[in-house]
Amino acid sequence: MVSYKVKSMDDIPALQMRQITKSFGATVALNDVSLTVRPGTVHALVGENGAGKSTLMKILSGVLKPDMGTMELFGKSYIPKNPIAARKLGIAMIYQELSLAGDLTVEENLTLGIEPNVMGILKVKKIRQMAFEALNIFNHPEIQPQVKVNKLSIAACQLVEIARALVIGCKILVLDEPTSSLTAGDTEKLFELIANLKKKGIAIIYISHFLEEVRKIADEVTVLRDGTIAVSNLPGNSSDEELIKHMVGRKIEQLYPHSPRQRDKLQLEIENLAGTKKPLNASLKLYTGQVLGIAGLVGAGRSEFLRCIFGLEKVKAGSIKVGVYTGPASPLRRWNQGIGFLSENRKQEGLAFSMTIAENITMSKLHSFGRFGTVWPSNQNKNTNRWIGKLGIKCRSPLQRIDELSGGNQQKVALARLLEHDVDVLLLDEPTRGIDVAAKAAIYKIIDELACDKQNPKAILVVSSYLPELMGICDNVAVMCKGRLGLIHNVSEINEHKLMQEAIGNV
Amino acid sequence: MISKWLNRFGLLIALLAIYLLFVFIAPSSFSTLRNLETIARQTVIVGIAAIGMTFVIISGGIDLSVGSIVAFSSVLVAYFLNNKQFAPFPSAVSAVVIGSSIGLLSGILITRLKVVPFIVTLGMMLLCRGVAKGLAGEQKINAPYTWLNEILASLPPERSWQILSPGVWIFILLVLAFAFVLRFTVFGRATVAIGSNEQTARLCGIAVERTKVTIYVFSALFASISGVMQFSRLTVGDPTVAVGLELDAIAAVVIGGASLSGGQGTIFGSLIGALIMTIIRSGCTQMGLENWIQEIVTGAIIIIAVALDRLRHRKI
Repeated sequence: MVSYKVKSMDDIPALQMRQITKSFGATVALNDVSLTVRPGTVHALVGENGAGKSTLMKILSGVLKPDMGTMELFGKSYIPKNPIAARKLGIAMIYQELSLAGDLTVEENLTLGIEPNVMGILKVKKIRQMAFEALNIFNHPEIQPQVKVNKLSIAACQLVEIARALVIGCKILVLDEPTSSLTAGDTEKLFELIANLKKKGIAIIYISHFLEEVRKIADEVTVLRDGTIAVSNLPGNSSDEELIKHMVGRKIEQLYPHSPRQRDKLQLEIENLAGTKKPLNASLKLYTGQVLGIAGLVGAGRSEFLRCIFGLEKVKAGSIKVGVYTGPASPLRRWNQGIGFLSENRKQEGLAFSMTIAENITMSKLHSFGRFGTVWPSNQNKNTNRWIGKLGIKCRSPLQRIDELSGGNQQKVALARLLEHDVDVLLLDEPTRGIDVAAKAAIYKIIDELACDKQNPKAILVVSSYLPELMGICDNVAVMCKGRLGLIHNVSEINEHKLMQEAIGNV
Repeated sequence: MISKWLNRFGLLIALLAIYLLFVFIAPSSFSTLRNLETIARQTVIVGIAAIGMTFVIISGGIDLSVGSIVAFSSVLVAYFLNNKQFAPFPSAVSAVVIGSSIGLLSGILITRLKVVPFIVTLGMMLLCRGVAKGLAGEQKINAPYTWLNEILASLPPERSWQILSPGVWIFILLVLAFAFVLRFTVFGRATVAIGSNEQTARLCGIAVERTKVTIYVFSALFASISGVMQFSRLTVGDPTVAVGLELDAIAAVVIGGASLSGGQGTIFGSLIGALIMTIIRSGCTQMGLENWIQEIVTGAIIIIAVALDRLRHRKI
């Protein structure tokens, strides 16, 4: 019988990290960082990418050893030898990338590595009982003990992973960006579960870029900046403005710039577009000088919609008109017609991680860097340097590899490809996913500048799951729900609440 | 600074170190200029095949049919010379064209049927070997002596002004030309892009399928040229020759710093990889070591070279 209950020890913190310092070579990743987490609370850890959150968590979970500093778990000195030891002492990490064995069932996963057995023979009944107890904490119809994990949705997998942490008897649960791939409904379920865990006395460290989530569930917030504590143990309901101020060390005047825009000529016209599964029926008109947002839940068919337009997925019915061109076309043709696409998935699709910045930015127009099929790197680098300066991409040289850059800079490189190609229509799929506030602000600024360019205003179609962002940068927003695109609203005439109603099909 | 320098020239240093090692421990015949020339000639067959293999591996694929194509091509040359009484040049060209068409077939199967390269080229390896044996009637085809047999022979004194055998010159030209193609052409960059991330390449409008087919045609083309060289050395068409040659080519490419998961590798690296293997073979032979020892040493070198490469990358 595993007990999750921890005796009430309000005065003793669940976790105390003191003056943790860690350097990698010459770079100091953490400098004199202290963190106090009380049992039965949610402690949010926020900060830009590269601020040191993940290094701190790696030290907590025994992956890295601190150069200096001490840690205490419920008042007892805690020096984890390795991740397994940390796990046994009650530290559970739930990462963005889930680590379940897909071909095993839910209950097999729950007891993986700690299967009760007699001389290697599994005690099936006992396993079943442990799984049952762990799953009891949340009521999810999808999660049945005998179901194979690869049949579950991402949200369900995440819950299974949390349940696994409970089976092992975790006392401190670290959630790293848990909602980045969840729908609004699943996020709600997760928050309910977190509330339950709090009641059991489990301390939760919650890492997120979504400040409104932090405000909703965190009891306390600690902000990291450049490897140091910017501010610790703020109340959980601190304002976005205050948190952002601490995160970037200055005030971002206007997160969502919106200069006056001049809608000009019709650049993209889509009528009754249908793909293999989604979208089912989508029509829109996009003008130069216009930023049109598409909101909706994950799985509503928004990405598929953009991919159909760009020729990455098959078009089943409907018409696409791009300037003077009609009909579906391959990505190569689309680039030539002046459309560029930014993938929602940088790592798997958007960028070639083992190649250089220059090669990634120029990949869609290799033919233009030399004659007779040649490509001259000096020409590629020259153009790349322009974008590095213009977009403020932090790097040593255009020849640096993508996998050495931070997420925000990677995203700038991905966007620079569209700018280098000088496309008229930009299809942006989740342009700010998983990047820090400063990089987000930079991307919003670029989008705004492109839309109100005097000589050559662009037409921009943005898919995003983050409503404040769409409301901030777009002129118009439409909602896609189950493959159908709704009416196109003026941003000034709609609010987030109504959009959410449309997104869940409540119209 | 030093580490950067080591990164760039590490492979070359390894090559020199291995060469110098044998200079010290092998008999003095090893360190002669004449032996260097022999090493160059012995590298040609694997080396040419490794050029094509470099493109294949950088694109994230593999080509197991290379050895069989070498044998097939050598049989074809002899067949055209002997059975069809072709002149030497048309014989060689016909062999190369027919050999290359096998790459075309592999490339089409890989891109159209979406079968992984390992399986398609494994099939082609057996298939092609079978065709070669059938064509030759399961024995060697003798061919009349022509200038083709002089391509890889050591130079007679009256042509010593050429410095190296024609085959070695052809090899050097191919290396230079295709190092250029890989680094400075759309096709070369597309190859790297596909190996680095095929989805990104597709998103960027690169003709992924067409590039892949071209890569396998090139691989077969180079294998066929190796086949002509093989014929030149043996002076007969032998359908059982070059078994496992593809593995030597793969080893050369991998020692040269390419990654089997694609996106990395250079022609010069592969050249050095091929040279390292020949030097070990030559050194061991001159020391009178038996074949099995050479195999152990070569095997160990492959593992050490790749392990060092991984360690170097982990440090960065």
